[in-house]
Amino acid sequence: MSVMMVFLAAIAAIIIWWLAQQRLASRPWLEVGHAHDHRRSQPLPAEKVGLGVFLAVVGSLFALSISAYFMRMASSDWGALPLPGLLWVNTGVLALASLALHRTRIEAERQHDDAARTALLMALAAGLAFLVGQLFAWRTLVGSGYVLANNPANSFFYMLTGLHGLHIIGGLAALGRTIARVRLGALDRRARLLIELCAIYWHFMLVVWLVLFVLLSGWANEVIDFCRQLLT
Amino acid sequence: MAVVVILVLLALGSVLFHVLSPWWWTPIASNWSFIDNTIIITFWITGFAFVAIVLFMAYCVLRFRHRPGNTADYEPENRRLESWLATGTTLGVAAMLTPGLFVWNQFITVPDGAAEVEVVGQQWLWNFRLPGADGKLGTTDARDVKPENPLGLNRNDAASLDDLIIEGGELHLPIGKPVKVLLRSVDVLHDFYVPEFRAKMDMVPGMVTYLWLTPTRTGTFEILCAELCGVGHPQMRGTVVVDTEEDYQAWLAEQQTFSQLSASSETRSPVTAMAAATAQHKAP
Amino acid sequence: MVDVRSGIGEALPPPEVEDVELYHPHSWWTRYVFSQDAKIIAIQYATTAIAIGMVALVLSWLMRLQLGFPDTFQLVDAEAYYQYITMHGMIMVIYLLTALFLGGFGNYLIPLMVGARDMVFPYANMLSYWIYLLAVLVLVASFFAPGGPTGAGWTLYPPQAVLSGTPGGRDWGIILMLSSLIIFIIGFTMGGLNYVVTVLQGRARGMTLMRMPLTVWGIFTATVMALLAFPALFVACVMMLFDRLLGTSFFMPAIVEMGEQLQHGGGSPILFQHLFWFFGHPEVYIVALPAFGIVSDLISTHARKNIFGYRMMVWAIVIIGGLSFIVWAHHMYVSGMNPYFGFFFATTTLIIAVPTAIKVYNWVLTLWRGDIHLTLPMLFALAFIVTFVNGGLTGLFLGNVVVDVPLSDTMFVVAHFHMVMGVAPILVIFGAIYHWYPKITGRMLNETLGQIHFWVTFVGAYAIFFPMHYVGLAGVPRRYHELGEAAFVPESINDLNAFISIMALIVGAAQILFLFNLVWSLRHGREAGGNPWRATTLEWQTPETPPPHGNWGKELPVVYRWAYDYSVPGAPEDFIPQNHPTPGGASHEAAP
Repeated sequence: MSVMMVFLAAIAAIIIWWLAQQRLASRPWLEVGHAHDHRRSQPLPAEKVGLGVFLAVVGSLFALSISAYFMRMASSDWGALPLPGLLWVNTGVLALASLALHRTRIEAERQHDDAARTALLMALAAGLAFLVGQLFAWRTLVGSGYVLANNPANSFFYMLTGLHGLHIIGGLAALGRTIARVRLGALDRRARLLIELCAIYWHFMLVVWLVLFVLLSGWANEVIDFCRQLLT
Repeated sequence: MAVVVILVLLALGSVLFHVLSPWWWTPIASNWSFIDNTIIITFWITGFAFVAIVLFMAYCVLRFRHRPGNTADYEPENRRLESWLATGTTLGVAAMLTPGLFVWNQFITVPDGAAEVEVVGQQWLWNFRLPGADGKLGTTDARDVKPENPLGLNRNDAASLDDLIIEGGELHLPIGKPVKVLLRSVDVLHDFYVPEFRAKMDMVPGMVTYLWLTPTRTGTFEILCAELCGVGHPQMRGTVVVDTEEDYQAWLAEQQTFSQLSASSETRSPVTAMAAATAQHKAP
Repeated sequence: MVDVRSGIGEALPPPEVEDVELYHPHSWWTRYVFSQDAKIIAIQYATTAIAIGMVALVLSWLMRLQLGFPDTFQLVDAEAYYQYITMHGMIMVIYLLTALFLGGFGNYLIPLMVGARDMVFPYANMLSYWIYLLAVLVLVASFFAPGGPTGAGWTLYPPQAVLSGTPGGRDWGIILMLSSLIIFIIGFTMGGLNYVVTVLQGRARGMTLMRMPLTVWGIFTATVMALLAFPALFVACVMMLFDRLLGTSFFMPAIVEMGEQLQHGGGSPILFQHLFWFFGHPEVYIVALPAFGIVSDLISTHARKNIFGYRMMVWAIVIIGGLSFIVWAHHMYVSGMNPYFGFFFATTTLIIAVPTAIKVYNWVLTLWRGDIHLTLPMLFALAFIVTFVNGGLTGLFLGNVVVDVPLSDTMFVVAHFHMVMGVAPILVIFGAIYHWYPKITGRMLNETLGQIHFWVTFVGAYAIFFPMHYVGLAGVPRRYHELGEAAFVPESINDLNAFISIMALIVGAAQILFLFNLVWSLRHGREAGGNPWRATTLEWQTPETPPPHGNWGKELPVVYRWAYDYSVPGAPEDFIPQNHPTPGGASHEAAP
């Protein structure tokens, strides 16, 4: 559970940082009046905070899966599977989606509505391409005999990529809704917010994918072994 | 007002029940009286805290219940009182934890020279294995479990051949000698639980767990399963007998080794788990 | 920034959420069924939770009949017993307590108490309820599925949970159970995001964190914990479904089931236990923290005194919430995990006792020199303290690793967790319902029925679970539908079991009285008015009772003080509402 503990420590740090600004040591019974509310006058939109909290939940989900991965990996029947080269392409495509959304955001802020729309469509296409690519990677693996139940490494591969894929599908749905909204009319504040939320979500999913990719390819093993040696 | 009476009755009644009721742990038959002592310490500390809090509450309700003209005090906090209470609680907790950790250290540290015994759980009966003349238990693998090899011993391991196998019968232990009980399961989780020994540990398929104890009094005790293992869980009973040294040796001499069992397995009808379980239930 | 001495009405900090465009219902369906109003959703959650809770109650009756009179009633065999025990546990912990505290009280109270019009994401909030309902229906469906519901115990430990020796293991039972949990978690996440973000961003002007009632603190912290802990259960459920349906070996080692070699190999049952309890232990506090918060407010209001040591109470909630993530393996002392973990987890577990004890002291010290009105909510709060202290103290037995060894998996554990996370939080739920029913319906609950309900429930529940500890101490294992002959316990243990069963039947029957009261008082209860308890918190200051959609009429409330200005010296009345502007309460003209 060490991965989860690290993740929790990060979350705890954020919570403590936030609580530290909330004057938890003040004596509220001595403070009467409205003037003790020191909230900023330009608050974050609730949707953004909501997305942040949601990403913490998603992060927790993946941190726990990765914890399980390492704990199960210690068993002797573990046999790593060779990753199909297609995953490199998929990684690139997912990064492209992220980039496209980043571009959308910038263009939207500059009021270049058409450029923003184009970039948004590009992101959608890249996201779909990533999903299709993942399915092909699965097919390649199944074709060469690495099926789900043969080895725990395979099971984890399919489960982790599957979980990630489901989140990508969710992201595509959100992207689709955003496109439907910006298709007609100028990009208003609300549309820009939606674009920003999509961008944050896709960047996050890209980071999750990179972590998973490093993990599944086995590059992380040496680091993990080193950590294990430190602990024992 | 009724609530004051009830609170007082409840606190005192709980203490009386604790002192007077006939329901208490069964007399101990192992070296783990340390555990019992730690429980007694915990009972004293927690009992005191419980009675004190409930009686104080009863007093508050009696003294400060609403009557016309009463007003409450305005007292947001009292740091001194709070830190005193926190310190007191911390001390109480430490007084319980410290002996607990010391005894736990003993519990998981098997003394050198402890004899090894293996207990193997399956749905829903207990099997046992003792090292043979070589004093060593052979290796096992759940993949090797067959009707004629119910414990999954490795036939290619020389150490296995002279191991004594007891299927669904009684386990005997000599008095006064420390014994390390290795725990194994071939199907689901079980838990080796003898109330008189106090010790208890889960048996997990795919791994070997252990506990150790020194039997301190002779007698026949019941083994129960303490981890839900399916519909036969409550019927999964076994027997452990603590013998004097001579009785133990006599019993040991009667047991069959793995190689003897394998040889006779052609003549004997294979005992399936289910049938054995029902027979086991009626075992003497 | 803002000058502290500036006059009222100047430079008020703006609300974090702009006055959102509320979705206004157009028809009966969107108003009462597919409603986006948090208060309606709260009632939907509560009704569903209580309904499914009644199923769990009936199951507990059947189990107690079997345990108390194993030879008289043959209606429950081992298979049915395990199915009942599993469903009872799972329903109570997840579908009743979690759903009722967070989905029910959270939805009703958070927006009202922080001065918001509604939750920040009303649509997701509505979805949350319907997904929860779906989870409940999937759970109920397992009663009618071939093979019946799963009998794996609420802990669902593999491998037995998915093998044929367990009811539902090779049938639909376990699949439906795991699916239902997965659905529940998805639904809960939607609701949970709402509760958290509403507290973060939806607070009224002047409502600083340190002015929030402890109820909100409790529910808020519990929700944050639930959002981080439920993914562990989610992952565990997904992996177990893979093992059960697709033949993987996440948790399944090489197994010989009834003489037959299974295909699995190499998996770790302990891994499941780590995941399960990483969720399971915070879950205890997910139920307990809202109860802590609510009971603080009940005691303060009905003792007419500010909660003693408010800051300490807030810190304790946060600290308990944080610590509860590093104690999970105290459920696994005898699981076969690395025994050296025992030192760490015993220490962290017993450390939690300190902030918890401080909370208890502060509740009791709030009574000290109070003006205690022995209303029904107060009675339930007192009963909560007794049962919670009792259950908390027996937790010190089980948390102290070596003491746990003889007691684990015995009836002592059953008695402990029923006292501390069954009886105690449910007493708070009752107290809270008696307290807030007037706000929800505009009428008081019937007092006489309430008194009968209280006394039978409190004394009866204590009489069930206090003696049960001694059944466990005598060595009786849990999850035995009959002990059979056992030399290590005296014969008279059967009489004690019979007594416990009779008490359980009586206490269960008293709950029917309570349900009757809930329905009867809707029509016949005394008119309550807007603030019958003369409480300070915002939900009692709404312009209308019951509050309509949007809660506050034209103007959002502005908060000028903390939530506990009871019996302030010099004030004309013994309470000053949070939205009352006059400093010190010297002139108090606008009593609601």
